[in-house]
Amino acid sequence: MNLKPFNRARKSKINRRLVQQAGFNAIRLVTLVTILPILGIVVYIAIKGAPAISWEFISAMPRDGMRAGGILPAIIGTLYLMVGTGVVSIPLGIAAGIYLSEYARDNWWTRLIRIAIISLAGVPSVVYGLFGLGLFVLFFNFGISIISAALTLSIMTLPVIISTTEEAMRSVPYKFRIVGISLGGTQWQTIRKVILPQALPGIVTGIILGLERAVGETAPILFTGATFFLPHLPSSPMDATMALPYHIYVISTQIPGMPITIQYGTVLVLLVFVLAMNLIASVIRSRARAKRQW
Amino acid sequence: MREGLPALKEIDFSTFFATRWYPIEDLFGIIPLISGSLIVTIFSMLIALPFGIGTAIYIGEIAPQKVNEILKPLVEILAGIPSVVLGFIGILVLSPAMRVGLNLPTGLTALTGAVLLALISIPTIVSLTEDAFYAVPGSYRQAAYALGATHWQVIWHVVIPAARSGILNAVMLGIGRSLGETMAVMMVTGNAPTIFSGLESFIAPVRTMTATIASEMGEVATGSVHYHILFFIGIILFLFSLVINITSSSFSARPKRGNDQVVS
Repeated sequence: MNLKPFNRARKSKINRRLVQQAGFNAIRLVTLVTILPILGIVVYIAIKGAPAISWEFISAMPRDGMRAGGILPAIIGTLYLMVGTGVVSIPLGIAAGIYLSEYARDNWWTRLIRIAIISLAGVPSVVYGLFGLGLFVLFFNFGISIISAALTLSIMTLPVIISTTEEAMRSVPYKFRIVGISLGGTQWQTIRKVILPQALPGIVTGIILGLERAVGETAPILFTGATFFLPHLPSSPMDATMALPYHIYVISTQIPGMPITIQYGTVLVLLVFVLAMNLIASVIRSRARAKRQW
Repeated sequence: MREGLPALKEIDFSTFFATRWYPIEDLFGIIPLISGSLIVTIFSMLIALPFGIGTAIYIGEIAPQKVNEILKPLVEILAGIPSVVLGFIGILVLSPAMRVGLNLPTGLTALTGAVLLALISIPTIVSLTEDAFYAVPGSYRQAAYALGATHWQVIWHVVIPAARSGILNAVMLGIGRSLGETMAVMMVTGNAPTIFSGLESFIAPVRTMTATIASEMGEVATGSVHYHILFFIGIILFLFSLVINITSSSFSARPKRGNDQVVS
């Protein structure tokens, strides 16, 4: 460690007080400038969007080229996509996470899988969109549909769920496993009855955060499942669907003369959706932290 | 995992690395797109790094517990805001402000995109940097205090140097977030494929690789040259992200940790 600065500073006590004061204030200012826009954005959208929110807005079909009426199909579409993504990615993600934390040996193969998962998490979302277009829409011939979009979003969500599951399982102390086995349980019984319940809050938080990201993403569904306008609700998984994020993109860039309140209203609905999931995740996390016995 | 979709043989490399992107006339120079991505990313990092790291220093080292209970959820909220929402705010609020404030012909510029990207990458940078501070052993700090250092000196001369590799990791992943972001960028950068030429490029419209894919894929005929080029751009992006990820995991102080905080 370089001690020069300490010696130099010791020479003038007042000076280093001043430096500390100035430094702290600079840091406080920087933090304030970072935090204020966040609050600003949320509050601004809430204020501008609130007048648009009504029962009709969330429960009616759009009318007049989407310039009036509600956004029901977009809300329903987003729910469908979320459920579809969950159905595919939750079981697979949890299974893979359990395998990686409990069964996999530490060899080059496991390391390769881990590197692949970490790399997947950093892939740009539009590349997932291309991948989904190539694989699900064209190769498997699902077409532009809910199923293609949900599968694409699942692949994007999987790395999150796998790594949070693995992390949550690993954080359960090793003692728990020893006790489980010593009581005559098999490894699977120990995992299912002892480790999994302990790790569950962590896993659920990961799932919610993964789905939250899937709900908010536009780029992956752009060419795999989203459509501009549907006169009716999607009736099968092979139908294309409207979705909130894509709807926001369309109404804010592609339709001229769109009433501004409807735009803010739609954004507010998506924001409430996403922030509610965020809130649920952090409530689960802090509850679990309070209850933890180890 | 990735199917090799390029089929690049259809055009020769000279057109490919040419400087114009104009698909209607079969001009597929991807240089302007790469340059567009790089300008926006570099500039967003110039904004995001001081603010992101500063905020992390405050949260990790200075702020009292009570303040952190408010700050941390706020950063998480920022991470949760979908990029299309930020793009929307960018179009309706930020870009008119830029146009009036800087007296430009259009508010849809590289700078506008960079500001939004900074907002998008800040949560990643803050949480990873803070993790890096957290990982610095308490004994380092105690030793420095024992030598008579002030709190500020401890942060500046002990904690930050010790957390260097973790901070570098945060920076790399922040760059990855910026480079890969699509919607916000597509909505506010003006989508004009130009090459970087001096400082005024920052306040002119640009177009990134991600935005090109997203905006043109819908209109292009399956199997055409243009279509294959767009996939090729996707592969370039994928390689960029791979390089960033591998470099960052070699920086990472604790490679075993999951990447849950990496993801928005």
